[in-house]
Amino acid sequence: MAARMQQGGPGRPTGTRFAQFKLVLLGESAVGKSSLVLRFVKDQFDDYRESTIGAAFLTQTIALDASTTVKFEIWDTAGQERYKSLAPMYYRNANCAVVVYDITQASSLDKAKAWVKELQRQANENIIIALAGNKLDLVTSDPSKRAIPTAEAEQYAREANLLFFETSAKTAENVRELFTAIAQKLPLDQASGPRGLGARGVRQGVDLRPETSASQGAMGGCNC
Amino acid sequence: MADRIMETAAAAPPNEHPSESPRQDNEVEGISAADFKSESVPPVERTTSAPGSELPSREGTPPPLPPRPKTIHPKSPEAQAGFSSLRVPGGSSRPSLQAQATTALSVGDIHTQSGAHAPRPSSSRQVSFAGFGFMRKHRGSDAGDSISIRSTGSYAPTLETGGEVESIVGDVLAGADNPAWKLLTPHLDGAGNFAETLFPEDSAFEYAFMTEFDELDAIDPDGSNEELVMNQFKSKLKHFLILSSAGKPIWSRHGDDRQITNYIGVVSTIISFYQGAKDVLKGFTAGDVRFVVMSKGPLNLVAISRFGESDTQLRVQLESLYMQILSTLTLPNMERMFKARASTDLRRPLRGTETLLSALADGFTRGSPSTLLSALECLRIRKTHRTTINNTLLKVKSPNLLYGLIVAGGRLVSVVRPKKHSLHPGDLQLIFNMLFEAGSVKAGGGENWIPLCLPGFNNTGYLYMYVSFLNVNNVNEEVTERPSTSGGSDEEVAILLISPNKEGFFELRQMRDDLVEQLSKNASLNIIRDAVNLGRLSCTDIIPGTVLRHFLYKSRANVQFFMPSFDPYFNTPIARRRLLTLYNHLHTTLHTRPSPTPKIHHVSTPHHMALAWSTPLFELYAVAPSPATTSRAALAAAANALVGWVRKNEERVFIIGGGVF
Repeated sequence: MAARMQQGGPGRPTGTRFAQFKLVLLGESAVGKSSLVLRFVKDQFDDYRESTIGAAFLTQTIALDASTTVKFEIWDTAGQERYKSLAPMYYRNANCAVVVYDITQASSLDKAKAWVKELQRQANENIIIALAGNKLDLVTSDPSKRAIPTAEAEQYAREANLLFFETSAKTAENVRELFTAIAQKLPLDQASGPRGLGARGVRQGVDLRPETSASQGAMGGCNC
Repeated sequence: MADRIMETAAAAPPNEHPSESPRQDNEVEGISAADFKSESVPPVERTTSAPGSELPSREGTPPPLPPRPKTIHPKSPEAQAGFSSLRVPGGSSRPSLQAQATTALSVGDIHTQSGAHAPRPSSSRQVSFAGFGFMRKHRGSDAGDSISIRSTGSYAPTLETGGEVESIVGDVLAGADNPAWKLLTPHLDGAGNFAETLFPEDSAFEYAFMTEFDELDAIDPDGSNEELVMNQFKSKLKHFLILSSAGKPIWSRHGDDRQITNYIGVVSTIISFYQGAKDVLKGFTAGDVRFVVMSKGPLNLVAISRFGESDTQLRVQLESLYMQILSTLTLPNMERMFKARASTDLRRPLRGTETLLSALADGFTRGSPSTLLSALECLRIRKTHRTTINNTLLKVKSPNLLYGLIVAGGRLVSVVRPKKHSLHPGDLQLIFNMLFEAGSVKAGGGENWIPLCLPGFNNTGYLYMYVSFLNVNNVNEEVTERPSTSGGSDEEVAILLISPNKEGFFELRQMRDDLVEQLSKNASLNIIRDAVNLGRLSCTDIIPGTVLRHFLYKSRANVQFFMPSFDPYFNTPIARRRLLTLYNHLHTTLHTRPSPTPKIHHVSTPHHMALAWSTPLFELYAVAPSPATTSRAALAAAANALVGWVRKNEERVFIIGGGVF
């Protein structure tokens, strides 16, 4: 289901905008996907966190400005290989995705690139993808731990047309910024457009990446 | 110490005759060997099975979506034979699964009525409550109702009058020679006030137990603390090892690769030595440590215990760990991996589930009544309330629902299921372990969608489980707002909706919303909340003035158990462990010697008295203070009173039937 938008929804003063988007987190296991979500949704951090089992579904609402509210419905997926075949179910109708890697683990960026590729090929045509290099706190305290230079990831993000942030779920650095940037890039303006454009988002405004041949079936071209 | 035992086992091949081995007993000495040592146990004793009895891995695999066992007709001979027929027929093909499918939940056509004393159609009475007949018998009425009882055994008369109570406890058990017993009572002669000390002091055991769950230190790069770490490893009272038949480590509760490599090698060699000789090794003893080996297709599972548990009990634990692995991988997937490459490293596909295995293992080490009895515990609520909750679940049921459950802190509140499928206690135990023992799902604070295989249901494929934790203390405020997890583990109420449809999340989520709304409307959430907040009853809540300090009552037909609070006598982990060790011991005595039911064992030590009582309807394990203050007759009378109470409250403490669609 694509974003739902409404003007002056029930209980809201007229003149405010409310939009709801589906967001999926992907990335190798143990890069900190759940920690990023926990920081974003509950502003908490656990030093020790067990692996996610299956996927968790959470929501968080942020106010972009005085009149605009964005609600994220977040799929926090497990990173283990055995769950891979389930991933299309979570990203199929997503409006946006956060692909996470661990800046202290070189291999995790390769995995992130693979996810980006899969999203660009298989997911919603207009999906907004953000690349997040997590565990910035580790590098701040000990620069020798960095395995992926910021510039390298940044360049890749530019080429692939991704939003890019280095984050720390532990210190909260750039977490809010990451999600806010995504919200700002989402086609909110649609909400003020003709009503008929509602649910299944025909979005002319935002074209985020080069044309691909990805031709999706109406309901999710999951190849699984 | 463990490595010395290993070395001992390796140096002296376990096929050595036991009588040649007492020297090994002397070799095994370590921190606590002196305390736990038991002369009565042959140091090396092996049990082997006949050649060819090693099961092919697929044997015992139930067919996909196994049909429910045939409906039991009340008047059929099976029904009168004390429920033996209620066990799933397939049970015999799964010899190591002690748990039977929750058949009570599968007998959909049981119609119960409110109030245990209400008259009921005789057809349902005899099926679901031979116990009801027992009640009537007890009151000396309606002998016709007792036919099924009489046909199953002659225990009933012993319950009738106080004068015959002695016969209940006639079989006094001289249990003090048992190793488990030694472990519990190493200082039997120690003086002291036994008034309410049900177990003697044993500081070495206490120390060992308190550090049992501590992580081992990491070995320094220079190896300077290696000996220290190995001593930590060896001081653990219980180990579990899982390895592939090619000898690759898969999982161990304690120690990392570096620490366990040698042990894995030795164990693997011993196991394959016997497999090579077509003489499968099932277990051996070294000193006070029991080793039990279970081979399951491409896996070997080993339990190493100093708690004096029986082989059967350890096997149930290994079976549960095995089921956890299947739950992650499914049997065909796992077999495919090993078929493709015998040296497959299973740790990779299992990554992330180590915590589930460890949580299970720690549950066994702490002592788990549920595992011991292979039964489930229910939240005690009125029958009418439970019926309302069941009906609400049925009312909001979404089309793709397979099972719907409401669980409060590991206790079952309500179940709905298709008529054709029952629930296996072992499967539920895996789920409860995942939700309430391991932290991952709970800590997430959202809703979860979890693919899992329920091996007791069908070990070849995945189901999908929707999980939502409710904060019942807040639920009235904002029903529609997704709750975060509550703090106390016992207060967590979870809604579990299981479907075969992997795309079913939003459908089940809608069902959850409808369910919470309805339960809130009909005040069921308040009832659940109150029952959860009330906690388990104490023994004296149940029977004022009783001498019982704790008990386990298992209803065989319902595959459920009932127990009081561990407070106030067993509220520390160590006291609870001792209590469970006592129960283990009682359980062993009831289950090792085959003899006709009913069976009663009575145990008396300077510190406590205990009773184990088995009939076709129930198993009861009960503990009372020392014989100095309590008579055997008083214990027997208390046990009788308890059985009467449970009968009367059967429909509150157990789920009978559940909701069926």
